[in-house]
Amino acid sequence: MKNLIQKITIVMFLGVVFSLTGLAQAAEKIYVPMLTYTSGPYAPGGIPIDQGFRDFFKYTNATGGVNGVMLDWETCEYGYNTDRGVECYERIKSKNGRMGVAVFPLSTGVTYALIPRTKADGLVLHSMGYGRTDASDGRVFSHVFTAPMTYWSQVTSITKYIGEQLGGMNNLKGKKIALVYHNSAYGKEPIKTLEVLSAKYGFKFLKYPVNHPGLEQKSTWLKIGRQTKPDFTIIFGWGVMTQTSIKEAKANGYPVSKIIGNWWSGSENDTRPAGSAAVGYKAAGFHTIGKEYPLHRGILDKVYGAGNGSGKKSVVGEVLYNRALVQGVIFTEAIRAAHKKYGNIAINGKQLAWGYEHVNLTAARLEELGLGGFMKPLKITCANHEGENNLLIHEWDGNNWINPSKWYKPMYDVTRPMIEASAAAYAKEKGITPRSNCN
Amino acid sequence: MIYREAGQFKTSYKSDQALLPIAQDRFFVIGLLAVAYIVIPMVANDYWLNSIFLQFFIFSLAALGLNILTGYAGQLSLGTGGFMACGAFSAFKLATSFPDMHIVFVLILAGLITAVVGMFFGIPSLRIKGFYLAVSTLAAQFFLLWLFNRVPWFTNYSSSGVISPPPIKLFGDYYITGTQATNLTQYFFTLTLVVVLALAARNIIRGHIGRSWMAIRDMDIAAEIIGISPLKAKLSAFAVSSFYCGIAGALWAFLYTGTVEPLAFEINQSFKILFMIIIGGLGSILGSFIGAAFIVVLPILLNSAPAMLGLQLPGALVTHIEFMVFGVLIVFFLIVEPHGLARLWGIAKEKLRLWPFPY
Repeated sequence: MKNLIQKITIVMFLGVVFSLTGLAQAAEKIYVPMLTYTSGPYAPGGIPIDQGFRDFFKYTNATGGVNGVMLDWETCEYGYNTDRGVECYERIKSKNGRMGVAVFPLSTGVTYALIPRTKADGLVLHSMGYGRTDASDGRVFSHVFTAPMTYWSQVTSITKYIGEQLGGMNNLKGKKIALVYHNSAYGKEPIKTLEVLSAKYGFKFLKYPVNHPGLEQKSTWLKIGRQTKPDFTIIFGWGVMTQTSIKEAKANGYPVSKIIGNWWSGSENDTRPAGSAAVGYKAAGFHTIGKEYPLHRGILDKVYGAGNGSGKKSVVGEVLYNRALVQGVIFTEAIRAAHKKYGNIAINGKQLAWGYEHVNLTAARLEELGLGGFMKPLKITCANHEGENNLLIHEWDGNNWINPSKWYKPMYDVTRPMIEASAAAYAKEKGITPRSNCN
Repeated sequence: MIYREAGQFKTSYKSDQALLPIAQDRFFVIGLLAVAYIVIPMVANDYWLNSIFLQFFIFSLAALGLNILTGYAGQLSLGTGGFMACGAFSAFKLATSFPDMHIVFVLILAGLITAVVGMFFGIPSLRIKGFYLAVSTLAAQFFLLWLFNRVPWFTNYSSSGVISPPPIKLFGDYYITGTQATNLTQYFFTLTLVVVLALAARNIIRGHIGRSWMAIRDMDIAAEIIGISPLKAKLSAFAVSSFYCGIAGALWAFLYTGTVEPLAFEINQSFKILFMIIIGGLGSILGSFIGAAFIVVLPILLNSAPAMLGLQLPGALVTHIEFMVFGVLIVFFLIVEPHGLARLWGIAKEKLRLWPFPY
């Protein structure tokens, strides 16, 4: 017992020493408050992203930082609970008096809550593939970024894919497309777009909300499988919800090959627990899956080789792990862009926002970063914080996600006017004057 | 010792019926208010003001509301989350439809709308009680959330069902909501509101309405026989309770999160507030505050304790430790004092009054 107390004292002492040495060095680092959830019903999604993100940061620091500037971060666990997410943000937004530069909340609910807070604190809010879609209008939301793609763009690409499966967009007429969604801000985000598309292409759009946490879907799939029998079903699930959807679809005789998950419903953690039921299940993504890229080899070598990995080695290259890498790459590219203007310093959030607006990830640049062919080129501008990108539809073969070769470009002609109209309404409601110096 | 009352004579009915008859209690409450109004704003940083105290005040208000209904009037309710949502959404509709309306009126009107809704859902209480009533108040919880999810009018046709209140000025250049609002303004505003409403609750409970609630709680048939109308007593309890919960919900949406979706007021929130009053103390104003502190603030402190101590633990482990310690503490306190933490304080106070010979 005495020994144990001694050990605890030593550990605590060391902890204090480490935090003090951290204090001395923090001045020249770029600090990032990291909101994560590695416990609770949404942990299957949160764990690989957290791991990928921290691995990428460690790798960046191990290879000399961003132009010599090191990254520093703190994590706060919030369990995908919006109230706790806000509390976490307030707790770790600054470290040793230095405000963070960017926050990646990993939750649409928290993103909504943090939009005004990050604006007041001068942080960039990068909600990559989630969050408030109309925040893509950079003239109104100067500090929020949704690159590389939003939910609205995603469903237009999925509709394109469905049209192709039916033999042409004209064949969508009279067909039925269902949406099974997490009944929260996240799941409701694509509804408006699907309504517009349904009017445009003449398909019938059916909505099926699933309440948090998504374990109870019997009646939903009974209706889908036995009564309405839609031609295709889109799932907007997260955490344990998606695997439940797949299992219930199978149980009710709805063909799993007709289900398309969004990019948060298409990871190994969604399909593996569903077992054989998931064979043929499809899901969207804006990057490929696998670990054959030089960046992955670099991470395995420099981070895991040094015994410094943030989780299981086998997770490297999984869907959500790779998604975290996209997040990391866009973030560090934004820092590099800002460095071109402000010099190689530990920039602040405002400078980072400028950097984000000048991110230009060309195919050649992706190749340099060790991610050639991993995703489509991305260019963010002052007015368009979403950039333009393309969507993949992956298929689960029972063991692995198969990378398809075809990319689907979203119907930006449909989504962009909607984004601008919605952002303008927000600006009016909040009394914001849109920036006029954006082109 | 501390509570020696020797020499405190009551020479009039007024002084005998004062809000706090013991001088020491008065000093304590005045001291507490002084700390809340002067010391805390001076020493606390933004994190404490915004994330700890604001949350604590808002939940205290909700717990106070439920305590009026469950603790004083004996009507078990699981609809708190629904009533809070009702307050939040009606305040949002009021604030966006009438942009010039002052925030205080927005809150009061939102509270009154919630009171009407609460009375409506309180009607079943005239026929059923106890656990059966709890189940019927669940209807309020589910129906109200379903309504706000289902009808886009309530969210001003927001595509994702999220409402975010417009920036509102308290007076002059001081904003109370939105990005320009400072934590200090929000802190003082909420604190004042909580003090006023707690004082009001204390007085209502001492008056004939409160006494009729307690009579109904203790034995409704006997109460009816001595001339208390169960209809009036029960529905007024639902109305007052919902008024408090509605204001708490509106504050939550307007001041704390700044944006809110119906999911924020799901059934878990109702349970959380019910646990606050059970652990804090049923039928006690003080209990509402202690309970809110226990349920809201303690987990956050437990969660940040390892980091404060300089321990670098994995996030999931910290959360699990938080759950375990919190669970153990709940069990511990309920074993030590099933009547809640406020009762512990009450016993301690009685002993102090009889010092040095407590029995």
